[in-house]
Amino acid sequence: MSEANPPLETTPAAPNLTLQQLSRLQPTKAPRTLWGDAWRRFRRHRMAVVGAVIFCLLVIMVAVGPLVYGGNPRKIDFSKSMLPPSLEHPMGTDDLGRDMLARVMLGGRVSLSVGVAAMLISITVGTLIGAVAGFFGGRIDSILMRITDLFLALPVVPLLLLLIFLFRDTLRRALGPETGIFVLIVFVIGILNWMTVARLVRSSFLSLKEKEFVEAARALGVTEPKIMFKHILPNALGPIIVAATIGVGAAIITESVLSFLGLGFPPDVPTWGRLLYDGQNFLDFAAWMVLFPGFLIFLAVLCINYVGDGLRDALDPRSRL
Amino acid sequence: MGRYIIRRILFAIPTLLGISLVIFAVLALAPGDPLAQFAADPSVPPEVREQIRASLGLNDPWYIRYFKWLGALMRGDWGFSFAARVPVIDLIGQRLPQTLQVIGLAYIISICLAIPIGIISAVKPYSAFDNIATTFAFIGFSVPTFFTGLLLILIFSVNLRWLPFIYNSTLQVTDWNSFWQQVKQMIMPVTVLALYQTGTLTRFVRASMMENLPMDYTRTARAKGLNERSVILWHVLRNSMIPVATLIALGVPTIFTGAIVTEQIFRINGIGELLIRSIQNSDTPVVMAITFIFAVLVVSFNLIVDVLYGILDPRIRYE
Repeated sequence: MSEANPPLETTPAAPNLTLQQLSRLQPTKAPRTLWGDAWRRFRRHRMAVVGAVIFCLLVIMVAVGPLVYGGNPRKIDFSKSMLPPSLEHPMGTDDLGRDMLARVMLGGRVSLSVGVAAMLISITVGTLIGAVAGFFGGRIDSILMRITDLFLALPVVPLLLLLIFLFRDTLRRALGPETGIFVLIVFVIGILNWMTVARLVRSSFLSLKEKEFVEAARALGVTEPKIMFKHILPNALGPIIVAATIGVGAAIITESVLSFLGLGFPPDVPTWGRLLYDGQNFLDFAAWMVLFPGFLIFLAVLCINYVGDGLRDALDPRSRL
Repeated sequence: MGRYIIRRILFAIPTLLGISLVIFAVLALAPGDPLAQFAADPSVPPEVREQIRASLGLNDPWYIRYFKWLGALMRGDWGFSFAARVPVIDLIGQRLPQTLQVIGLAYIISICLAIPIGIISAVKPYSAFDNIATTFAFIGFSVPTFFTGLLLILIFSVNLRWLPFIYNSTLQVTDWNSFWQQVKQMIMPVTVLALYQTGTLTRFVRASMMENLPMDYTRTARAKGLNERSVILWHVLRNSMIPVATLIALGVPTIFTGAIVTEQIFRINGIGELLIRSIQNSDTPVVMAITFIFAVLVVSFNLIVDVLYGILDPRIRYE
């Protein structure tokens, strides 16, 4: 995109200069780029910046935390069953005496990676389908859009529950208990959520493919896949990034809903939703078992939604400063 | 208009057929045997099991089973529940009123809250009111419904002991006392669902109003000397309601999905609770019926949106 443009804005004003003189005329400040502008606009959205910072802290806590923190998420000790938060156990212990902070950090790893992985699948599928439909148009477009409409009309949550329930045991046997269910949940959430992205990408492609730069690329003999992915796609990236951000939050919530309904990860994999599911029966005497994981889901999703809102404002070309 | 509606209905039929095929294929392709519980039972010999299979038509190829199922569905025969041993349609008929009561009330409340809040936020953007409303909206749609539910139980049932946390669906409303009990047990599930829906709707009303406020027709209305109230409530609101009305209609299937979680938390024996239990019991006929009802809901509300759009926005042509 525009980073590739050489910063030669001054040429028309000084036609008689030699190259050497020209190089001295280069602007002292770094040139403004599209992404630079977007960053400037993003920084003005205070809640989005706060959200981004908190979300990064969450990721660091979840990624580095278990290495630094000494608590053992799997060590069962009935003498320490359901201890309230203290210095030794900052988030208390669960019904089997396991340290909650260690379990929450481990669970965050699973929950956040499910969110990101499911988003990657839905974005990839959505972008591919939308790009092909928008670029080629005609019959391919109408077939692909029919499929998109069909998927949009599918009852997502019942179908998710059904798919996971039916295929859980098979995949667990094939890929091992943790990987199997991870692959299944990520795949199912991803494959049922690509439709909005496909529509967004299609509409961007429909308008972008008529632009002069695409005509120029065609005249130069650039192949069609290259036009699609090197020339048009970078210009359609804004809405995709926003959709991807929001998609991570939605996938985190979906995974926790599945785990909360008892149809997500098995009890030995503590995701945030699973911790809530396990803790809900102890609500009246060990509320911390529910409060900490629940609050973290809420915090992560809230941050992601704010970042998405900030990105929407920042990447909207109509709102240039 | 009539032809437009008929065409939309004809469009919806292949979608429904496609969905029914997808649901059927998922169940048919899935590993696992609906008669697995008989296989574990030593008192049922293999020959008998085979006879049951044959009598239920489980040995037919999948496409024959699909057409049989579809044909029965059309005739209103939704099959028998494996677990409850009653017709599926009766089972659903028992459960549906509880679900409709809770989600209907929640939806009406959230619409009544979201429209005025959205209007005020849009008229005075970035004011204190707007900032508070926006923050609440973000919290509303970021906090998962099961967490709000558990929090409310923790505060109002466990600590304050004001509200019951298990929904008593056998309660008959006969006098003021039982009516009050019914109100008390509905407060928490309705609040949970309404909070989430209000969050989404408020953002949408605000965005739609903001889009229409700088329009030329708004300036014309002001220039002709109308007072601000009628400019906002009559001119801007009417145009802003077009996308909002469609979102309200499209949100109905979503709130049914939300009911699955709420019913699980508060132990309401509605249709969502039935779905979860049937999935866990491998009660295929019930699962298929409920999933298909959800699909019908999505498709019919899409249809309503299309028609609504046509009525609300005369600029849309019905070719």
